[in-house]
Amino acid sequence: MTAPLIEAQSLRMEYRVGRGQVLRALDGVSLAVRPGEVLGLVGESGCGKSTLGRCLLRLARPTAGRVVFDGTDITALSERTLRPLRQGMQMVFQDSYASLNPRRRIGDLIAEPLRVHRDGQGRRRTAADIAARLAELMALVGLPQAALARYPHEFSGGQRQRINIARALALSPRLVVADEPVSALDVSIQAQIVNLFMDLRDRLGLTYVFVAHDLAVVRQISTRVAVMYLGAIVELGDADTVLHRPAHPYTAALIAAVPEPVVLPDGDRAPPLRGDVPSPIAPPPGCRFHTRCPIAQDRCRTDPPALRDPGDGRQVACHFPLAGG
Amino acid sequence: MDADATPLLAVRDLTIALPVGGRMVNIIDSVSFTLGAREILGIVGESGSGKSMTALALMGLIDAPGARITGSARFKGRELVGLPQRAFRTLRGREIAMIFQDPMTAFTPVYTVGWQIDEQIRAHGRVTRKDARARTIRLLGDMGVPDPARVADRYPHQLSGGLRQRAMIAMALSCNPSLLIADEPTTALDVTVQAQILDLLRRLRREYGSSVLLITHDMGVVAETCDRTMVLYSGTIAERGPTGAVFARPGHPYTAALLDSIPPLHGARPARLPSIPGSPPAPADRPAGCPFTPRCAYAHDACAVRPPLLPRGVQDIACVLPAEGRDLPARCVTV
Repeated sequence: MTAPLIEAQSLRMEYRVGRGQVLRALDGVSLAVRPGEVLGLVGESGCGKSTLGRCLLRLARPTAGRVVFDGTDITALSERTLRPLRQGMQMVFQDSYASLNPRRRIGDLIAEPLRVHRDGQGRRRTAADIAARLAELMALVGLPQAALARYPHEFSGGQRQRINIARALALSPRLVVADEPVSALDVSIQAQIVNLFMDLRDRLGLTYVFVAHDLAVVRQISTRVAVMYLGAIVELGDADTVLHRPAHPYTAALIAAVPEPVVLPDGDRAPPLRGDVPSPIAPPPGCRFHTRCPIAQDRCRTDPPALRDPGDGRQVACHFPLAGG
Repeated sequence: MDADATPLLAVRDLTIALPVGGRMVNIIDSVSFTLGAREILGIVGESGSGKSMTALALMGLIDAPGARITGSARFKGRELVGLPQRAFRTLRGREIAMIFQDPMTAFTPVYTVGWQIDEQIRAHGRVTRKDARARTIRLLGDMGVPDPARVADRYPHQLSGGLRQRAMIAMALSCNPSLLIADEPTTALDVTVQAQILDLLRRLRREYGSSVLLITHDMGVVAETCDRTMVLYSGTIAERGPTGAVFARPGHPYTAALLDSIPPLHGARPARLPSIPGSPPAPADRPAGCPFTPRCAYAHDACAVRPPLLPRGVQDIACVLPAEGRDLPARCVTV
């Protein structure tokens, strides 16, 4: 087994939200992503998937726990010592428009990281170096060279996401964290961008952490999947294992709730999960899913289950994991 | 329940034109459909297809300067196109109600949810405050709101997204409208909560006898909820028909390509997702013939003329392929 490229060890992230209350966005999350893997992070709003993505890139500093990137503990590094490492880790956001300065040309926006960071020999890049790299990047993400002279508003959502990807790739990172990068796009465009992510991974040997709420998109792109609920991982394993034979009742409910573009007879629909996700300020005791779990028993109300391997290589935090299938 | 005899809503050649750069451009171009009693019709399309515009026209809510609405939309025999605002006001809320994607914009933040639903009930009928509140609480309970009396005393921001959406549906149903227009009602919700709201929409027709016009971009939502489906592309109808037929055997290349581009949740993972090249044209830049031509894998000379919407089996399809004897293959799906 190769060493992980990025690793989270018992990460905790707490926010003070007034009146002495603490919102625990991450409550002891551990995971490792090996080079070339695509880890899909799924879960409903407020489950902590975006916070985890931000902590992995040290865009947020966790309250406790460690983040190790390529063998280096980056949890407590200062911004200055972190900067050279940042070249190796980049982020793509959901809102393709908000992440591009509307008053600057595409060429300037993508050149920015090339101007800020020095090249492999510690030298500043020349204008010619930058121009050559910009041309390469445009070809890589499937945009015409003429796009470099234009402004963000002149592009459609899908094209703007290509621009964001080009900027994220400018410094040849090894790790890209993408936070809901296709959720704001129309379906026909979404497929183009998902394909682009997959092509780039194959061509450049990239490693992704792909944060998304759309299970079908996550299954398409991920090699492994982590399902989160209220700040903790409830199931983690091979994408096909987890999504085809879920062991955690929450994963199963999540999959059953996805409306599929197939017409089924009325009776074939599983009853939806009851209630809403509880507040992360006052999570339920015991298993945090017990308030909505269709198979919860007394033990689940008091005894929080730890992540463990039910015997097929995945990890499940459930006292009564489903047989899987 | 015979939809053909007296449809609740009959829309014919609805066309909405807006001034763009000095000329009138058809945002919606000759859209026709009917909606029967207790029927759920899905209008599906991507951004800019005109699906929301169609809904706003039916509600009399298009106030863009210079907008020109032509064609006909008969609701219970009454013409909505050209209806004065005063007359629309008596229809909206009582006869036709609408729910939106974002309940925060439908509720005012400064009054409790219950107060706002009471107000709607009292605006359309002579009801005492006490009776109105009793009805509000009953409605909230019917919508699956736990502890409805307490929730009625909450302000919108104090409720979760799912509860807020239920409260908005309760408000929309408070006057027993015969037509409910739902514009992307579950798009902002988490998937487990979305499943609850779709379940609720399906129940409405049984328990309230409402017809629903469901506007969405999500083919999965349509498949799970709607009796009939109408696919819009670039302001025109690409295809319409019973949902089962449209999903089993899409007749328009756009419908087929849209369904193909959705990553499957079951079965084999495709190495690449089939995607549709390019993006939909802006209304002012639509090609003269079939608007899908520039992105269509089947485009040929005959597509230079706008194809009429013609029946093919139980579906109506705006494409030249069926007439050429080149029907699209049936879909294979794994569940």
